[in-house]
Amino acid sequence: MFGEGFLRTIEVAALALMLALVLGIIFGVISTSNNKVMRGIARIYVEFFQNTPLVIQVFFLYNGLAIAGLRLSVFVIGVLGVGIYHGAYVSEVVKTGITSIPEGQVEAAKSQGFTYIQYMRYIILPQTIKIILPPLTNQAVNLIKNTSVLAMISGFDLMYMADSWASSSLDYGPSYVFAGLLYFILCFPLATWARKYEERLKRNDTTRILYDPCEEAVTC
Amino acid sequence: MIKLQDVNKFFGEHHVLKDINLEVAEGEKLVIIGPSGSGKSTTVRCMNFLEAPTSGHVFIDGEELTQKNKIQLVRQTSAMVFQSFNLYPHKTVLENLTLAPIKLQKLPKEEAIKKARKYLAIVGLSEKENAYPSTLSGGQQQRVAIARALATEKKIILFDEPTSALDPETVQEVLDVMIKLSKENITMVVVTHEMGFARVVADRVIFMDDGRIVEEGKPEHFFENPTEERTKLFLSKILR
Repeated sequence: MFGEGFLRTIEVAALALMLALVLGIIFGVISTSNNKVMRGIARIYVEFFQNTPLVIQVFFLYNGLAIAGLRLSVFVIGVLGVGIYHGAYVSEVVKTGITSIPEGQVEAAKSQGFTYIQYMRYIILPQTIKIILPPLTNQAVNLIKNTSVLAMISGFDLMYMADSWASSSLDYGPSYVFAGLLYFILCFPLATWARKYEERLKRNDTTRILYDPCEEAVTC
Repeated sequence: MIKLQDVNKFFGEHHVLKDINLEVAEGEKLVIIGPSGSGKSTTVRCMNFLEAPTSGHVFIDGEELTQKNKIQLVRQTSAMVFQSFNLYPHKTVLENLTLAPIKLQKLPKEEAIKKARKYLAIVGLSEKENAYPSTLSGGQQQRVAIARALATEKKIILFDEPTSALDPETVQEVLDVMIKLSKENITMVVVTHEMGFARVVADRVIFMDDGRIVEEGKPEHFFENPTEERTKLFLSKILR
């Protein structure tokens, strides 16, 4: 029973993460463009989904759309709800990454005749990946934990299984502790990897300042 | 080859270029000098529309450069070398040279690599083809940047203060490469303070101040008898 929920949580998290990455890259890139309308659209998306609770968004997908005649499975609602919600955060991470790349990179690309899409793809985004990987991984960790919102709409995920096992056996404590442990097993390695990667990145940055014999000669 | 007609440029309230009229012939080596803030960088940046003029026209090869055609026209006609090199740090030296030829000019990879090696040899950095830019000295990076500009085989190369960010010792290695280039039929527009370079290479020198072209002539003219007071004052400072 817990195994089933565990698997469901992994499935929802994996698909939602993919959706969040796609949305995040698209809106992150849009939010750095020169087009005011596009930037406005990205802003609205980010502000709307960051500033309303995920639970309400998921309830809306579950109940609101049903009233409008659109019935989605709880699995799809989970992927969409969590994916769109975290897409807004990923978008901000991507935007920060892009703006951290020196303007000279864009100028070099433009002077060679790259279009906006081309230089984003070949020159700017590949450089941002290294910078945004740690915050992105933290988003993945939050995303995994947030899939537990599915329990509120009987999503058969890990949290739901813990809920139902707890209420049928009345072993509330062990049930939730065990579920928590399973979430921990998923999240801890990711968080640890992100932290180590970031530390390594910082260390490499300092070693990159190479010893420059010319500079020394000048000052002597 | 390049023609600026009544070009004006404003940055907000600041009037940076004032009625610039300028023609550069095919194969000509034009050096632009002037104090900082005189508009010389903005002038070259208008030639590939990194800055669009507020008013006036820019023609490349008789065709007017506009917001609409700038990517296509720049892609076909000009390359640029920057003060801060602007190499792509996530790519090796060779990849820096082949990226545009492969992606934009649709050259087969082998051919692009062959060309890239040829131009790396010209700038004397063949042995660095697999290095990343961050491992190179400033002078080496700038030579790679020049090779990158050459690798796209454009008729025009714009140089925006190519030696200003370099250690004094490495300036000459970059200038030597540029002097070598000047023997080719490439149209070169160079913003620089290196008067020695101008003397060897330039067909014509332009002195800019406060957004205007104040004086122009052969390099000897500037060394021997500049007419304008402002030119004299500026030259007395940089020639010492």
